[in-house]
Amino acid sequence: MSGAGTGAELRLVTPGEAIETSSGVRAGTGTISYGDAIIATKVGWVNNNNGVISVDPINSAYMPRSGDLVIGVIESVRNNLWFADVNGPFNGLLPMSLAPWKVEFGAAREQMDIGDVMLARVQEVDEAHNIVLTMKGVGLRRLKEGFMLEVSMTHISRIRGDNDSTLNMLKDATDCRIIVGDNGRLWIDGDSEGLSVMKKIIDFVRNEGHKENFKATLVEFIEDARRNL
Amino acid sequence: MMGGYGDIKLLREDGLRLDGRKVDEMREVEIEAGILPAADGSAWVKHGLNVAVCAVYGPMEAHPRKIQRQDRCVIDVRYNMAPFSTSDRIRPGYNRRSREISKVTAESLESVVLVERYPRSKIRVEIEILAAEAGTRCVGITAAAVALADAGIPMRDLIVGVAAGKIEDTVVLDLDKAEDNYGQADLPMGILPTTGEIAFLQMDGDLSIEEYNTCVEYNMKAAKEIHELQKDALKRRYEEKMRGES
Repeated sequence: MSGAGTGAELRLVTPGEAIETSSGVRAGTGTISYGDAIIATKVGWVNNNNGVISVDPINSAYMPRSGDLVIGVIESVRNNLWFADVNGPFNGLLPMSLAPWKVEFGAAREQMDIGDVMLARVQEVDEAHNIVLTMKGVGLRRLKEGFMLEVSMTHISRIRGDNDSTLNMLKDATDCRIIVGDNGRLWIDGDSEGLSVMKKIIDFVRNEGHKENFKATLVEFIEDARRNL
Repeated sequence: MMGGYGDIKLLREDGLRLDGRKVDEMREVEIEAGILPAADGSAWVKHGLNVAVCAVYGPMEAHPRKIQRQDRCVIDVRYNMAPFSTSDRIRPGYNRRSREISKVTAESLESVVLVERYPRSKIRVEIEILAAEAGTRCVGITAAAVALADAGIPMRDLIVGVAAGKIEDTVVLDLDKAEDNYGQADLPMGILPTTGEIAFLQMDGDLSIEEYNTCVEYNMKAAKEIHELQKDALKRRYEEKMRGES
């Protein structure tokens, strides 16, 4: 929901609604051009960025793009590769060559088994939505402790805030480690007090994350939550 | 009277219909979006005495593999009438009628959803009719459109299901149960309300060209009205949460 707080009137559109008919504008994400009009394809807020009209959707499924940091859950293991659920329409494939370990053929299960949670990056997505994951990179690893939580895709940018400001605030407030995946999943770890506050905060985000004054109410909420500890 | 049932009267002396509606008057429609927490998108539609609930899941990997399309997604619609939806109990499960309606609903939704955005995927649409009083396939389409939009699935337009028909040689909009059972013709349509395109059309009974044109005209007018309610339902879900905070 960029455009919030700029003073500009937010406009909510539904699929099929004509947004703009003037020439010189281009159709961005969440829109298609039909004749000489630009038409919304999703329910969301209209956004005009230097002549590119787009719709910031209110609800959206995760579509993997290469370079995304994702938190995946292993769904199946073969002799030399893993399949992970990354919250998208298709499972991500992690081949042994892109895993951080060297194991014998057939021993993949010893490193990661079904149900294990891992932090990976999307290496490649082809036009048929085949997803290749990689675990070669700084910090990419199997997540052995902590909790995995899911939030709506639209709340991910709200949890991060501008330049991770909100995220850093959460870290300071709860003394927890937190990783925000681009696929709508979070991983948190810390002491039990910090975790219980963090879980309350994430619940708060789920209910309030789309609101315009989210950050101000979040600051209040965190103070309340810590006082009640 | 053509195709008659003897002396069953469907129009009153004053020209109104049995339930007091004018010939071009729709039953009352209410729409609510996002009512099911487990679904990616959902909708509830009350159209006269019809009640439909629709849940949308996906896009997800299409299983079994043989139904996958390499260039687009498939829409898997399951239309089902609850056993208690009519006065005669309906035997639970798939039957010939629900299979037909699932198929035509899927095909009409395919013309609004941007299916080429999700190759090899499947979008699951579950339509459950809780109460039936004629015209449930149209109510199902109206509900499915709202649920798909609520799920954030890209669509070129919403789609509205409406029906017109003929009773006692008079063209009427939105047949109720008696009119559907004892009338002469029924013309359900799926209309893209912004452009007026027709994505779905069935005809049961006989209509002359003039009568057909009147039916289409009535349906187009009703589609515009229902479209406003669909948009309102989708916007209300989010605007209510936003109000009083900026």
